[in-house]
Amino acid sequence: MIELEHLSKRFGGRKVAPVQALDDLSLSVPAGSLYGLLGPNGAGKTTALRILCTLLAPDAGQVRVAGVDALAEPRAVRRLLGYVAQEVAIDKILTGRELLHLQAALHHMGAVDRLERTAELIELLAMGDWIDRRCGSYSGGMRRRLDLAAGLLHRPRVLVLDEPTVGLDIESRATIWQVLRQLRDQGTTVLLSSHYLEEVDALADRLAIIDGGRVIAEGTPAALKGALGGDRVTLRVREFSDEQEASRVRDLLQACRGVRQVVVNRAQGYSLNLVVEDSGVVETLRQQLAEAQLPVFALAQSRPSLDDVYLQATGRTLSDAELSVAGRRDLKEERKQSMR
Amino acid sequence: MTSASPSLTPMPAASGEPSALAEITQETLALTRRLFVQLARRPSTLVAGVLQPLIWLVLFGALFANAPEGLLPGGISYGRFLGAGVIVFTAFSAALNAGLPVMFDREFGFLNRLLVAPLRSRSSIVFASVLYITSLSLVQSLAIMGTAALLGYGWPGGAGLLLVLVTLLLLVFAVTALSLGLAFALPGHIELIAVIFVANLPLLFASTALAPISFMPPWLGWLAALNPLTFAIEPIRAAYAGSFHLTDVVLVAPYGSLTALTCLAILAGLAAGLFLLIRPMLDRKLT
Repeated sequence: MIELEHLSKRFGGRKVAPVQALDDLSLSVPAGSLYGLLGPNGAGKTTALRILCTLLAPDAGQVRVAGVDALAEPRAVRRLLGYVAQEVAIDKILTGRELLHLQAALHHMGAVDRLERTAELIELLAMGDWIDRRCGSYSGGMRRRLDLAAGLLHRPRVLVLDEPTVGLDIESRATIWQVLRQLRDQGTTVLLSSHYLEEVDALADRLAIIDGGRVIAEGTPAALKGALGGDRVTLRVREFSDEQEASRVRDLLQACRGVRQVVVNRAQGYSLNLVVEDSGVVETLRQQLAEAQLPVFALAQSRPSLDDVYLQATGRTLSDAELSVAGRRDLKEERKQSMR
Repeated sequence: MTSASPSLTPMPAASGEPSALAEITQETLALTRRLFVQLARRPSTLVAGVLQPLIWLVLFGALFANAPEGLLPGGISYGRFLGAGVIVFTAFSAALNAGLPVMFDREFGFLNRLLVAPLRSRSSIVFASVLYITSLSLVQSLAIMGTAALLGYGWPGGAGLLLVLVTLLLLVFAVTALSLGLAFALPGHIELIAVIFVANLPLLFASTALAPISFMPPWLGWLAALNPLTFAIEPIRAAYAGSFHLTDVVLVAPYGSLTALTCLAILAGLAAGLFLLIRPMLDRKLT
């Protein structure tokens, strides 16, 4: 449904060092799927979505939505798309209902259709209590829901959302998640970006992990995690161990069958992080420890997470990446680019 | 939250396009409506916009009340002379500010909402601003003309009134286009306000709003005779002078005499030129 091919985009260059926001990014979103773009802030997610929504022209590459070339026929693509931007764009003076009516006119909807659709969305997103108040008085969650309603008004075949739940209260977040799942179930293709692992993990049928303007991993959440293989085990023999004891335990564990990797984590009181081949190995570990007369203060076992996928692909965790990227961005230049 | 509603199913492919004119009209009216709703809920712009020119008219008109008779061409009083200038300057100022709401829309991301919508023509954004500013200018102008009449400065006849309207429309269209162009070209509202501030009063002083060309030194006379405001002021002044013909000479410039019709043609050319100039800015998105 959505094809991004070899997109490149570079920002800045005159006063500051240019930033390569997108670097040969390619992506294919199947029709009717709920697709997640996961990556740290500054990875290029927003740039990719803005190019998809015809707000930004790429330096190179192709964009197609339902077979329509977005660069050649932007207006046709705009009709297919609903876009919910990261920065909520509402008019403080208008009421929510007036904003929806304005949006309907911008999509050339008829009067009957407009009233019907507005009523449906007000109910769907539970906006009835406040839709006739001025937008200036809305909370973040209310604004976001109104923005989503505006994006859905013309029944787009593709809904694009940029970080739809950042900073939202739990109720609004749950509402939005439910609506997105419902849309997917009814055939709409949904593409959302997020830097929340658990959001993408919970919502997306497929996802692409983006880093440095490129796709570094792509697939279903289960497949990506499954490809890593093994379970993650964190073991503490006591609350605060020491180096000597930790290395003794490590040697012991490394000798066990089914243990792939043992790392001593000094920062967490010499706990041990292990990758084991299957769940059965943990029982063997317990027996071995008991035989060696070592106590077990805590033992936690988990399936690999998307963060492990990211870690495997880039050698750093998502939160580390956000910190390092923060210093490299030219926010002023990006803001300029986003002010069209 | 409610249960799933059938309305969420994607829309089938559109069959047959409605006429472009109908769509542009719908877009333009919706955008204009938004500007009027904003005005109705924040009427201070309108109140100030009506009061300010009235203060100009009363104070400035009184400034030369005791000037010797026959000082001005045609022997008219200064208040009567000034009326046309204040009308034009008011409309000009309003139009020059037309880009500000668009600039704020850019800064708050609201413009993106318009740009991702499948507008039939992005010129609708310009048309909406022109409709809004023109209506506003009309209200202001009628207030000025009413006050001027009360002060004894006269009232243009039926044909005169039509001439006033046409002239204002052309000027407002041209200046609104210019202001919107600036709103897209400049980096932010601070810069836009600075440009408006710098352009506003000098253009007033270098025109025939406050004094005829014959009062000015040659260099200023040249400037005034090239200033678009002058081309709007002089036909309106002629309309105030009583009976007139479009082919009457209304402006004696250093480079020759201009009729009312020529002035209007110049304004129309300027409006068309500026509109064509800013259109690519609206569409530059995917170039």
